[in-house]
This record gives sequence, structure tokens and C-alpha cells, in this order.
Amino acid sequence: MSRLVARCHVCYPGFELNVALDVPASGVLALYGPSGSGKTTLVRCLAGLERAPDGFLQVGDEVWQDESRGLYLPMHKRPIGYVFQDARLFPHMSVRSNLVYGFNRTPPDQRKVSLEQVVGILGIQHLLERRPHKLSGGEQQRVAIGRALLTSPRLLLLDEPLSSLDTERKREVLPFIQRLYKELHIPIVYVSHSVNEILQLAHRVAFLQAGQLKAVGPLSDVFARLDLHSNAGRRSLGAVIDAEIAEHEPSYGLTRLAFQGGTLYVPLQTLDVGEPLRVHVLATDVTLLRCTSALATSALNMLDARVVEIKEADQATVDILLDVGCPLVASVTKKSFSNMDIRPGQRLCAHIKALALVEELTD
Amino acid sequence: MTLTALDLSALWVTLRLAFMTVVVLLIVGTPIAWWLAHTRSRFRTIVEAVVALPIVLPPTVLGFYILVALGPHGPIGQLTGITFAFTFWGLVVASAFYSMPFVVQPLHAAFEAVGRAPLEAAWSLRASPFDAFMTVISPMALRGYISGIVLGFAHTMGEFGVVLMVGGSIPGKTRVLSTTVFDHVEVMEYQQAHLLSAGMLIFSFLVLLGVYVANRRFPVHVS
Repeated sequence: MSRLVARCHVCYPGFELNVALDVPASGVLALYGPSGSGKTTLVRCLAGLERAPDGFLQVGDEVWQDESRGLYLPMHKRPIGYVFQDARLFPHMSVRSNLVYGFNRTPPDQRKVSLEQVVGILGIQHLLERRPHKLSGGEQQRVAIGRALLTSPRLLLLDEPLSSLDTERKREVLPFIQRLYKELHIPIVYVSHSVNEILQLAHRVAFLQAGQLKAVGPLSDVFARLDLHSNAGRRSLGAVIDAEIAEHEPSYGLTRLAFQGGTLYVPLQTLDVGEPLRVHVLATDVTLLRCTSALATSALNMLDARVVEIKEADQATVDILLDVGCPLVASVTKKSFSNMDIRPGQRLCAHIKALALVEELTD
Repeated sequence: MTLTALDLSALWVTLRLAFMTVVVLLIVGTPIAWWLAHTRSRFRTIVEAVVALPIVLPPTVLGFYILVALGPHGPIGQLTGITFAFTFWGLVVASAFYSMPFVVQPLHAAFEAVGRAPLEAAWSLRASPFDAFMTVISPMALRGYISGIVLGFAHTMGEFGVVLMVGGSIPGKTRVLSTTVFDHVEVMEYQQAHLLSAGMLIFSFLVLLGVYVANRRFPVHVS
């Protein structure tokens, strides 16, 4: 499987970024971290807008930067697509001219994406003859994405493309980004500090803090890392479960989801059986119980869990990493923790009081 | 009351001079303005001051030094063996210095307003730096170019001191409208002086009016 390998070490007054990244070059990699953590600098290194003095960058079998042998491709020679926070459409050109600007500069034998295809995916047919300043923020950003796609990039870099949009506009653009990797199979690096966006898009997450790479891996693994939660903010604390629709039970108004660890019930869904669905379970929405043989409860979403790791979060709270077939995080009071005498390896029942289906974008 | 052959030749020299000066200044001034807009060098302010010098310097002072430089014993004359002083091309060189701020400053302001962002966007769409400059930056800086061209042209038409110092008002070669007006007045030909003066006054007013109307009518939309 082709990989994205990057080493990037740059120093500015008061800031240092030092990152070594080696991830599969497929799907969506989210660069996540607080403001000033170096996400944008890293993605600018990948793009060739910043040059690390001893940097290295390989995408698939192509090396774009290897300073040890003096190789450095400037941005315009890299087959990348870059979508900036602000759309940066060319104001003196129509939407159509903006879209084909990069297409015309891509060698014909490298063109894999057509204007019709991009216009279809992004739903911008009706905008083609307009000028950029007549477009809404969301429309501009869709055109910017289309313009980048039309260079048939081997890597698509999205630098917080939704951050300048309000929630409505985000809702409008996100599905289009989701379609990109499904339909075009272009690996995407997606910079964001929004947990919600990452939950909806990312397959893998690289967590950056103060210019350092703190964790990288599949989304559910990174989100289950207890040591990151104190950094990432307690609001985002919680596990991600990738499930699929197993069965609809319309008479109860429920849909049963299957995942590695068992089943979950959610309100009736419209998706077909077998479709994937991502579930976000906040740590504060998980209750732990002692398992007894005759557990009778009205609770539906009860999972067998094994305690993996325990970490004191603050004076009154303890975070517990559980294994329910996939990682799950529970946050309990220190008092309950002592009363129940929870220890690593112990088997418990985890009750999921509430869960969020990732399609609901709440920001 | 008509223009004499001498007046017509002066008009022709003036137009040629203004045109050539603007061409030279676009070629020389664009990189200077670009550099000023994007450099972080500490020499920036020095270069800015040098470019602006002709605005405050008496034209005779500037003309004097250019005359010395272009004369047979000046550095350029010594180096090339060509004496540019009192020739049309000497006038072009002198005018280019004299009108430089009127071309460089609007370009500088325009490039600064356009900024780096569209350039990066063009690079990301596989445009080489030169391609990006020609297809994105220049059109976005169009107003700066229009202002620079018009002001540079008009200012060159209006110069007097430098032309007198470097060109010497040789009919058909270096005698331009402004010096012709002076010559007419010297010999009390007020009618002729009026004709040329009024022409230049109206021309200058129309040019400036055009610049301001264009700036208002065609604002560049930057998203």
C-alpha cells in the first residue's frame, strides 16, 4: 500500500515544528490540534510553501523533497491540490475559468478528472458563468475544492476549508468533501480543530500539539487515548465506534447497529442495511455497572467491557479506557471509582446512555 | 492661428518620449515595485526613498547629475563610449528616472493590495511563478498598471527642467512641448504659447479625470 512519508523540521522565532509522519496514502488523514499547534505549517510543508532545511516528503513512489540529496520540488511542480481557509478564487475570472485554470496547466496524460465530473460532485453547474464575488462563502469554497480537484492531484490538502463558514454552510460543503474520497479515491489531508468535522470525515488522525506529533493512527484509536484527552479538551472526550446498519425494527422505532463489540440501538435510520455509520460516544455518557447474572434493566445499550487503562483526569473524575471489542472511554467520579473498586483487567458492564450519530453536525 | 512645423515636431518628440519612457518604466519598474511589495529586506525603505526622490528634488538637480553621468566624461560615457547627453535616448533615460515614482508607486500599492495569497493559489494550480504573475497578479493589479501608465505618460509630457538640462531643446530631437512653450514666451509669441499651454492643460486634466473615473467605475473585486 502506498504511503505518505514526511519529515518536517522548521523553526521560527517562538515556534518550532518537528514532525515525522508515516501513514497510508489513502482515505482522509485529519491533522488535528489546538490553534498554533503547527497544523497549517505542516500542511504548507507538504505543499511546498514552506521549505524545511532537512525535510523529506514522499507520496506513494514519488519523492518531492529530499534535502539530503538536494531535491526540492517547488509547489507548482507538485501534483497536489490545495484548498485554503479563504477560497482564494481569482476575482477577475468567471467560476468556469477558475475551475479550468489548473486543468489547463495539467499535462493531458495526467488528467483523470473532468470538468463535468467535478461540477456534478460539487453541485456547481448553476454557478459556472458567475463571478466569484457573487458567490456565497460555501459556494466559493466548493469552487475552490473543484478547482483543486481538476489538477488531478495525487494528494489533496484541505486547510480548514470550513472554518470561515457558519454551521449552515458547513452542512452544505461537508457532504461534498465526503464524496471526494469515496468517488475519486484521492488521498486527503484535512486540517481542522473541529472534532465534529474530523468525526465526519477522517479515517486517520494525526494529533499535533506545540509543533509535536502526539499521536497518529486510526480515528478510534487516537480518540481513545486517555493521555490526549486532557489536551484535546474534555468536551471532545469520547470514543468513536464504526458500526454498520444491521437491522431496522420499525415497530419499535429503532435500528440495530452491529460493530466489532456487539450491537447498539439507535433511533430508526433511513440508511440501508449494511451501510456504515459512525457513532460518537462521549465519556460522560457511559455508566459502569457490576455485571450480575440476572441483570434486569430497561437500558438497551449495555455492553460487556474489560478495563484496560485508568487515568485520573482531575480531582473528582477518573477516565477509564474500556475494551468492548473496540475502545470505549468512560468518565466516572472518583467516589464511584473507589466504591466499585475498579481495576485493570476487570470485567464490567458499560451502559451507553446517549450517543451521537456522526451525521448530526453540532457545532 | 495654427501650429508651426516646429511645434508639431515638438509634439511628436513629446509623445514619442512619453511613450518610450512608460515602456522603459514598465519593464524596469515592475520588478522594483514587486520587490518593494514583497521583500522583508531592510534595504526596502532605502529603495523606497530613492524611488520617491524625484518628487521632491528640483528637476535641475536631477537633470544635472544625469547630464554629468551621460556626458562624454561621465561613467556611462566612459563605459560605453556613447554620449547620451543631448540625444533623444538620453532624454528617455532621464525621463525614466524623473517619472519613476509615478509608475512604481501605483504598482507597488497594487501589488501590496493583491498580496501573496492569489500567488500561492496559482502555484497550487500548477502555474509557474512567471505564469502566475502574468495570468493572476497582473490582471488583479490592473488598476495599478493603468494608473502607473497614465501618470507616467502625463508626467513625462509635463517635465521641463530635466529635459532642458539633459536634452537642451534641440528642435526635432530633444525639443518637447514644455520647452517650446518656454521658447515662445521668451520671444513674446503669446498666441503660440497659449495654444500649446491650453492643449497641455486640457490634456492633463482629461488624463487625470480618466484615471479617477476608471478607478471608480471598474473596482477590482477581491474576495
